[in-house]
Amino acid sequence: MSTRFTPAQPTPRSVKDLGMGEAGTICCLNDPEMALKLLEMGCIPGTRIRLNSRAPLGCPITVMVGDGEDYTLSLRVNEAATIMLKE
Amino acid sequence: MASADTITGRAGAATSAARLEAAAMRHPGTLTRIALIGNPNSGKSSLFNQLTGLNQKVGNFPGVTVDRKTGIAQLTPGLRAEIIDLPGTYSLYPKSLDEKVITDLLYDKTSQQYPDFVIITADASNLRRNLLLFTQLADLGLPAVLALNMMDVAEQHGVKIDIQALQQELGVPVIPMNARKGIGIAALKIVMAQQLDAPAVRFYAPEEALLPMIRQIRYYFNLHNDYLALHYAHQYRQISFLSADDKAYIGELVQQYGFEATPRQAQETIDRYARINDILLDTVSVTRTERKEPYSNRLDRVLTHRVWGYLIFFGVLFLMFQAVFAWASYPMDLIDEGIAFINSLIQTNFDGPLINLLTEGVLAGLGGVLMFVPQIALLFAFIAVLEETGYMARVTFMMDKIMRKFGLNGKSVVPLISGVACAVPAIMSARTIENWKDRIITIFVTPLMSCSARIPIYTVLIGLVVPDEPVLGIFNLRGIALMGLYLLGFFAAIFSALAMKLLLKTKERSYFIMEFPVYRWPRWKNVGITIVEKVKTFVFQAGKVIVAISVMLWVLASFGPGQTLEKAEAQVREQAAAQARPAAETDMQVAAIRLENSYAGVFGRALEPAIRPLGFDWKIGIALLTSFAAREVFVGTISTIYSVGQDADMRTVQQKLALAKDVDGQPFFTTARSASLLVFYVFAMQCMSTLATTYRETKGWKWPLLQMVYMTGLAYFSALLVYQLLK
Repeated sequence: MSTRFTPAQPTPRSVKDLGMGEAGTICCLNDPEMALKLLEMGCIPGTRIRLNSRAPLGCPITVMVGDGEDYTLSLRVNEAATIMLKE
Repeated sequence: MASADTITGRAGAATSAARLEAAAMRHPGTLTRIALIGNPNSGKSSLFNQLTGLNQKVGNFPGVTVDRKTGIAQLTPGLRAEIIDLPGTYSLYPKSLDEKVITDLLYDKTSQQYPDFVIITADASNLRRNLLLFTQLADLGLPAVLALNMMDVAEQHGVKIDIQALQQELGVPVIPMNARKGIGIAALKIVMAQQLDAPAVRFYAPEEALLPMIRQIRYYFNLHNDYLALHYAHQYRQISFLSADDKAYIGELVQQYGFEATPRQAQETIDRYARINDILLDTVSVTRTERKEPYSNRLDRVLTHRVWGYLIFFGVLFLMFQAVFAWASYPMDLIDEGIAFINSLIQTNFDGPLINLLTEGVLAGLGGVLMFVPQIALLFAFIAVLEETGYMARVTFMMDKIMRKFGLNGKSVVPLISGVACAVPAIMSARTIENWKDRIITIFVTPLMSCSARIPIYTVLIGLVVPDEPVLGIFNLRGIALMGLYLLGFFAAIFSALAMKLLLKTKERSYFIMEFPVYRWPRWKNVGITIVEKVKTFVFQAGKVIVAISVMLWVLASFGPGQTLEKAEAQVREQAAAQARPAAETDMQVAAIRLENSYAGVFGRALEPAIRPLGFDWKIGIALLTSFAAREVFVGTISTIYSVGQDADMRTVQQKLALAKDVDGQPFFTTARSASLLVFYVFAMQCMSTLATTYRETKGWKWPLLQMVYMTGLAYFSALLVYQLLK
């Protein structure tokens, strides 16, 4: 096992980078522990996700999940950064 | 798929056989046991309240302190069932202590508590995510009913569900309902009254490669299906009923097969969603109406606005304070007068030591308990409405970034605000914080928030030394002083949290992710039930301590070691007779000398050298000791100490204290003394119930002891500083 840090592929964008009201499609979740929680809450790869609002101080944010924008999740910016988007 | 089918068949057979056996073993009169489970915000509490009404009991799950809410539901005129309300969860892989009680309950089929079947609530407008938990429960082989809740919301979203087809696909009865309005309850009860079989459909089969390991676990523990055995492999470290040997056995197997829990759970979740998508494709159609901006979003634009959001939040807080302080005072006065009336009625008609015990001990203590009921009821009315409407989630959302700076968490706002009423439920509400460090810090600092038990102390002492004067026309000096004490407690909490953030080391990460509920009107029935439940808990749990302490105090103040009490009294009476003093004055002196020589006086005197630098004397020493168990006892004690021998018309504690004189005949309660005492009570732990709660919540004596030492130390040195500066 190599202990060297291997940088991730230059992945384009995460939910953190979405503009207000902009939507994207989840490609993958890059933090295993966080991923489990996100998956259970419905953030499955291939799902549409839209940035809905930011807290007054910029963090946390709320996102709407699903094609029909079925429900709203609120999460911190560093948590949103683990949800990678398809280009 | 062939192997999956055989598993299903075998598991199904084993299940029904076991069920028959269990049914036969049960006594004929035993109630059917039903567990209620579902995602957070799926209307589970509404359904529980609809089924059981006020027939609810709150207990604890064995070993942990998660509230165990049970209730009795009348299914048919002749049939009743016990419903147990489980904490809301998204999956059977627990992420918090709350969720762990679910797996503990559902893993052990031999347990007395094991449910006969489960009702799974699902939000129909959000079926995909809600079905994840359903499929896990079905795979555990539990007989189940799906309560398809919030059908009205689904309809608004243009979601059409083919109930028949869904029932076919899921293999369990599906009841469409709207629990908030009570629609579908009757149909659900009919299904609940019938004998339910274990579901025949399985939604997920563990990978072939895992089967050897799963089967070994399954046969070793004699489990009824593979999926349950897989759960043992995932969670063996946290299953409370497994012995160390059992855990070691599974641990070895897991090692041997290179089984990694987290990625497996993630893969299982993805596989389940794939299966759910297939099911929904056949059963649910969405007619996309022209999407209007949801009203919740429009409301949020104001309620979480950078200016309006905070202003409204502080407005809500202000209203809450106003309610607890101002509105509650009317019923509190009534209770106070009522108790005083009963006391005087008894005292004028009867006499004797037992009557004294009843009036000065039991009734005084009972009054002290009942006095808090209006405040607790009002505060929990507010908290319940904030939770019910979904506003509490917005408070968390707005406060998270600020709270995080102090080592807290947006979710800490709820315990901290609740701490203003009582630290006991507040500490218990910290359970929703999943991160260990955030949770410990929240629990540790919450008792520094000024709870309602401090109000009597604050009011009495402020009333004594702060003049009742207007400031700037609209404010009142006493009000400002009271506000100051609350802020003092608040800042102590915040800065203690900051210090702990720097001191505590942890590898665990702090999560925030949560569902953002849509705004809804509160269901008043739910609010009412919450209030009743909280008041009952306070009266029966804290109340016991308070009445007991009150009686103990009466004994301590009325009796002394040996004959010293009687001798002292005789001496005073002799002197008085010699000098021909008025009878009233003599009685007062007798009372004082009796107290000085009672057991309480002995305690107080022993303590005096330690508290003299704070400006306290032995009388306050007595009160410090008696209020160590519950700080609200302070006023009662002071009242007792200064009332012994005084006339019945000397009603208020304040008047009694104002008359207290020091050795030079000057008023004893100077500004310096009162301020020192106030600061002491802002910081001091002085609450046995809080310590006990911290002990239970942190599972050990380390944190409650640290908490007590820290708070008492902070109180002592702050009071010392205040007295020496103001003296």
